[in-house]
Amino acid sequence: MRKAKTWLPGFLLVLPSMILVGLFVYWLIAKNVFTSLQRSTNFVTDKVVNPGGYHNYTQLLGSGDYQHALMNLLVLTVVFMVGTMVMGLLWAVLLEKGVGAEGVFRSVYLFPMAVSFIAAGVVWRWLLSPAQGDGAIGLNQLFIKLHLDGLQSSWWSSPSRFSMAAMAIPAIWQLSGYVMALFLAGFRGISEDQREAARIDGASEWKIYRHVLFPQLSPIALSALIILGHMSMKMFDLIYVIAGPNSYKAAVPTTMMWTQLFAQSNPQAAAVNATILLIIVAVVVVPYLVTTSRSERSR
Amino acid sequence: MRKPTLLSVVAATTAALTLAACSTGTATTGSSSSSSSSSSSSAKPGGAGGDVGVFTWWAAGSEKKGLDALEALFKQKYPNDHFVNLAVAGGAGSNAKAKLASDLANNQPPDSFQGHAGAELTDYIAKGQIEPVNGIVDELGGESVFPKDLLGRLTVKGNIYSVPSNIHRANVVWVNPAVTKKAGITAAPKDMASWIEDMKKLKNAGVNTPLTIGGTWTQVQLLETVLISDLGPEKYAGLFDGSTAWDSAEVKKAAADFKTLLTFTNTASDGDDWPAATDMVIDGKAAYNVMGDWAVAEFADKGKKDGTDYTYFPVPGTDGVFDFLADSFTLPKGAKNPEGTKDWLRLIGSPEGQKAFNLAKGSIPARTDVPASDFPPYQQSAMASFKKDKIVSSIAHGAAVNLAWLSDISTAVSKFYASKDDATLVKDLAAAAKKNQA
Repeated sequence: MRKAKTWLPGFLLVLPSMILVGLFVYWLIAKNVFTSLQRSTNFVTDKVVNPGGYHNYTQLLGSGDYQHALMNLLVLTVVFMVGTMVMGLLWAVLLEKGVGAEGVFRSVYLFPMAVSFIAAGVVWRWLLSPAQGDGAIGLNQLFIKLHLDGLQSSWWSSPSRFSMAAMAIPAIWQLSGYVMALFLAGFRGISEDQREAARIDGASEWKIYRHVLFPQLSPIALSALIILGHMSMKMFDLIYVIAGPNSYKAAVPTTMMWTQLFAQSNPQAAAVNATILLIIVAVVVVPYLVTTSRSERSR
Repeated sequence: MRKPTLLSVVAATTAALTLAACSTGTATTGSSSSSSSSSSSSAKPGGAGGDVGVFTWWAAGSEKKGLDALEALFKQKYPNDHFVNLAVAGGAGSNAKAKLASDLANNQPPDSFQGHAGAELTDYIAKGQIEPVNGIVDELGGESVFPKDLLGRLTVKGNIYSVPSNIHRANVVWVNPAVTKKAGITAAPKDMASWIEDMKKLKNAGVNTPLTIGGTWTQVQLLETVLISDLGPEKYAGLFDGSTAWDSAEVKKAAADFKTLLTFTNTASDGDDWPAATDMVIDGKAAYNVMGDWAVAEFADKGKKDGTDYTYFPVPGTDGVFDFLADSFTLPKGAKNPEGTKDWLRLIGSPEGQKAFNLAKGSIPARTDVPASDFPPYQQSAMASFKKDKIVSSIAHGAAVNLAWLSDISTAVSKFYASKDDATLVKDLAAAAKKNQA
């Protein structure tokens, strides 16, 4: 009896959120997986659209369009993560070195994050216009005006296999400020004593960063990478606004999901796509969650 | 983890209860409404009353003006009804269609929604989401006022599922005569080959972009007009019933011509909209733009004069063919106010409604008994063509193919725009047909 008194009120308090999370997250995931395994036929033509079972997965994974989309996603994610981390760290170091009017710079770098992907996408669609020469607009026009004609590019519309790297530019622009804020907080958390001690020992500025400061930032870098990684894999709105609903060049699994569900009325394929995406994200996030909870427990 | 407070528990429980209430509410509306499937009812003077929610993607420009004109007329003729505008903007209707699809799937249909007449509606018919409206169409005059060709395209298994509001033509080339004069071109080219010759002349005369394009759907529209030109209207129509193969020699020639045409165009990105492409012709930066006849509103808005500042002709090789698309309105199954919807459909199909709407939108009436003299010159010429031309259905605007097929074709064209590989385009088009054709 006394035992129940200790755990019961707490349990009752947590119960509603457990039910809600169970229903709206885990039950829906289960439902999604269930849908992805269903067999389906076309309403009008009676042709089999999805054979059912694991064949749904082999069908989607085997299609050239989906492999192309996964390749795009890989290029986007790598360029976006590296770009954002480098820019964020660079800005953080510059601000940390004590630039004048730090508050102004900090807000300027953070502002893009306040803009929604949709709104930014409308502007970037225009900035990343592939038109060159006379009809150039956006960045290409800027390059012409600066007499840097050679820098003109077709951006994400170029025939290159790695054209999605250009799609990472707006995303880097938008999230570098966030990474900067994370690193800046990390720098501020390290006490000044350590730097002074290092200086007395005769360490150069570079060595202080390399051996004293950066190692202490690695947990922050890891969380930033995880956050950026899963954002990149789920990114939909920016790409949809910039490239439209049927773009092949800019296809990623999320934009394909939109087409599968709404244009092709093929919820099974969309569910397969969603499940694959969930697995990819889980492969990245779950090990991170496990290590953090372990290190928290050991503290 | 933060412990939930008592307040949040209460809030969560209330939320759960509200959700439960909502879902039962949906279920009852869904089941009770299935009985009201007949569309033959007599009109009440002044309207049946209640809210009439009308779902469209007409949220800007001439389309919005047309919808506003209809709304004003609806208020005047059916004062008991209350018009509710449920327009969703953006993406040439693709955003709206996605919202509509989820509303219909959740059994929360609007009272009436806009749909392109033809194959696009078959998706909704197959899922049993819209009701036949034969009664309303008969009441409006049936075949005596609507062209037979058009009603045939709205009819599925003997039932008509929507009331057409307006007709557009997609195979129109808009020309800036001041630019074509630079290359000494004065007459409209007779066929695709001579049109391509004209573009070469223009290029030699220093016009960098003889032809303009926009995003993916405008390229699909250009491709469909090239297909009509190279296949002729009968074989083109055969692409959709299976009598013409998508990998036949004619389609291969059309793909090659399409590729040649794209060498004369500006560089577009997949997400671009159409007005930018038409504006290049208006501003004298380009000679030609293939665009549906809604472009006439763009010329009028910029104060350009028909005949002097701009001219137009059917895409070369498609003279005497009317590549049509039509908007139409439906009666969804489970609509909350079906009688109000019928008032709306009566207005859409009436001569007054068609005149008010089409004058503002720049399209032509679906009815043949609206006097042409009330319309500006372009629309008069389109109305004359519509009466005598061979009518074929547009791909890019859902008249010839359903949404699934269209999205496969669009992806193939988008892929082609990057690769410029016409053999793969034909292969992809054939695969799309194989996947989606009955």
